[in-house]
Amino acid sequence: MGLPEYLFLLQGLKWTVLLSCIGFVGGGIAGLMVALARTSGLPVLERATSGYIGLFQGTPLLMQLFVVYYGLSLVGLQFEAWQAVAIGFTLNASAFLGDIWRGSIEAVPRGQTEAARALSLGYVSRMRDVVLPQALRISLPATIGFLVQLIKGTSLASIVGFTELARADNIVSNQIFKPLLVFGVVGAMYFALCWPLSLFGSWLERRLAAPTR
Amino acid sequence: MSQASSSEALITMSGVDKWYGDFHALKGVDLEVRRGEKIVLCGPSGSGKSTLIRCINHLETIQKGRIVVDGIALDDSARVVDAVRREVGMVFQSFNLFPHMTVLENCTLAPMRVRKVSPADAKATARKYLEKVRIGEQANKYPAQLSGGQQQRVAIARALCMEPKAMLFDEPTSALDPEMVKEVLDTMIGLAREGMTMVCVTHEMGFARQVADRVVFMADGEILEAAEPETFFKNPQNPRARTFLGEILAHH
Ligand SMILES: Nc1ncnc2c1ncn2[C@@H]1O[C@H](COP(=O)(O)OP(=O)(O)OP(=O)(O)O)[C@@H](O)[C@H]1O
Ligand SMILES: [Mg+2]
Repeated sequence: MGLPEYLFLLQGLKWTVLLSCIGFVGGGIAGLMVALARTSGLPVLERATSGYIGLFQGTPLLMQLFVVYYGLSLVGLQFEAWQAVAIGFTLNASAFLGDIWRGSIEAVPRGQTEAARALSLGYVSRMRDVVLPQALRISLPATIGFLVQLIKGTSLASIVGFTELARADNIVSNQIFKPLLVFGVVGAMYFALCWPLSLFGSWLERRLAAPTR
Repeated sequence: MSQASSSEALITMSGVDKWYGDFHALKGVDLEVRRGEKIVLCGPSGSGKSTLIRCINHLETIQKGRIVVDGIALDDSARVVDAVRREVGMVFQSFNLFPHMTVLENCTLAPMRVRKVSPADAKATARKYLEKVRIGEQANKYPAQLSGGQQQRVAIARALCMEPKAMLFDEPTSALDPEMVKEVLDTMIGLAREGMTMVCVTHEMGFARQVADRVVFMADGEILEAAEPETFFKNPQNPRARTFLGEILAHH
C-alpha cells in the first residue's frame, strides 16, 4: 500500500470527520430544541416531538438517508449526496439526542425547578442556569455513546455514493487486493477517532462530578 | 412578642378552593397575613398545609377564590406570577439548593437574573445574608460539602437575597438530623425578631410558642382553628386540634 492509497483513505477519513461534526452540531442544536419541546408542558409540542422521535428511532438510518436522497428528489427537492447525508444525519441525530436529553431533563429533581420558580427565575434562566447544566451531566455517558455510534454510522453514507472512510476502504481494497491490510488501517483510523472521544467523555464526567462530592 | 406594627394585610386568601383532579385539597380557605405577622400552620399529614403555602407563590394553581399578595391579585399570567414571586421567598423541606453552583452562586443567581443587580452588588448582598445566617466562611463551597443544617441556612440566605417582603417555610427542619434543628430554628427566630412576615408550616411547637402571632390549624383542606399560641396550646377549641396536639406532644 503506497502513499496515494493512504492519501485516498485520509480523504475518506476527512469526510467521515466532517459528516460526524455536521451530524453532531446540527443534531445537537435541533436535538436541544426537540428536548425542550418534548418537556415544554405544552401538549401540542409534546405530542409532535414524541411522534418525531418515534419516527426516526423506529426506522433504519439507511432508509432515512434513502428517503432524503432519492425520495425527496421525486418531489423536486434535489440534493447533492453530501447535502442529503448531512440532512439525514442531522434529523436522525436530533431525534436520538432529543430523546436522551429529554430523559436527562426529566431526571433533574423536581425541587430544582420549583426552587428556581420560587426565586422568580423565568423559563430561560431556569433552563440555562439550573436544569440544563445538571441534565448535561446526567446525559454525558449516553451522549458520548451516541456520538461514537454516529461516527461509525457515517459508513452508511457510502450507500448514496458518498466516499467517506468505509467506502474509501472498499475502493482501495479492490485496487490493491490486500483487503486485510486495508481493513486494519481503516479500523485503526476509526479507533483513533472514537477512542479519544470515549476518554474525553469519562474525563468530562469526572470533572463535572467533582464539585458535588 | 407581636411586632405586627401595622394591621395592613400583606397576604390575603379568600374563598380559595383547590382540586388535584377529583381530590378537593383546599376547601374555602380564608387567611389574612398582616405585615410583620408570623403564622405557624400545623395539622395532620395530608391536611393541605403545603398546598396552601404553595398557592401563595403560585407553585400550585387554584380553581376558585382570590389571593392577593402585597396588593397584587394573583392570576395565571407570567408577569403577575413573577411579580409576586419576587416579593415572596420560599424555603423547602429538602433545601433544593442548586448542586452545581457554589453557595455564593446560589445566592447571587436570582438577584442578578431577576432584579438585574450587578455581580458585585449581588455578591455583597449575598455575603451580608450569609454572614447573617452564620455561614459566611462557606461561601465558596458546594452544597454537597455542607451539613443539612448548613444547607438549609444557605437556602434561607438565598431567599433573603431577593429582599422579599414575606417568607414561606414548608417544614424547614423535618429533613434534618435532630442536632441540626436548633441552628435552623435559631436563624428563623432571628428573622422573626427583625420583623419579617412569615408563614411557617412546622410541627416545632416550641418555635410556634416563641415567635408565632397566630397558630393556624388545618385538617382535610380546611382551616379549623386560628388562635394566639397561648390560647391554642392551652385550650384548643376544635376536637381535631385537641387530638392533633395530644399526638404531637406525645412524640416530643
Ligand atoms: N400533585 C398532587 N397530585 C395529587 N394530589 C396531591 C398532590 N399534591 C398533594 N396532593 C394531595 O393533597 C393533599 C394535601 O397535600 P399536602 O402536601 O398539601 O399536605 P400536607 O398537609 O402538606 O401534608 P404533610 O404534612 O404530609 O406534608 C394530600 O392528600 C395529598 O395526597
Ligand atoms: Mg407538606
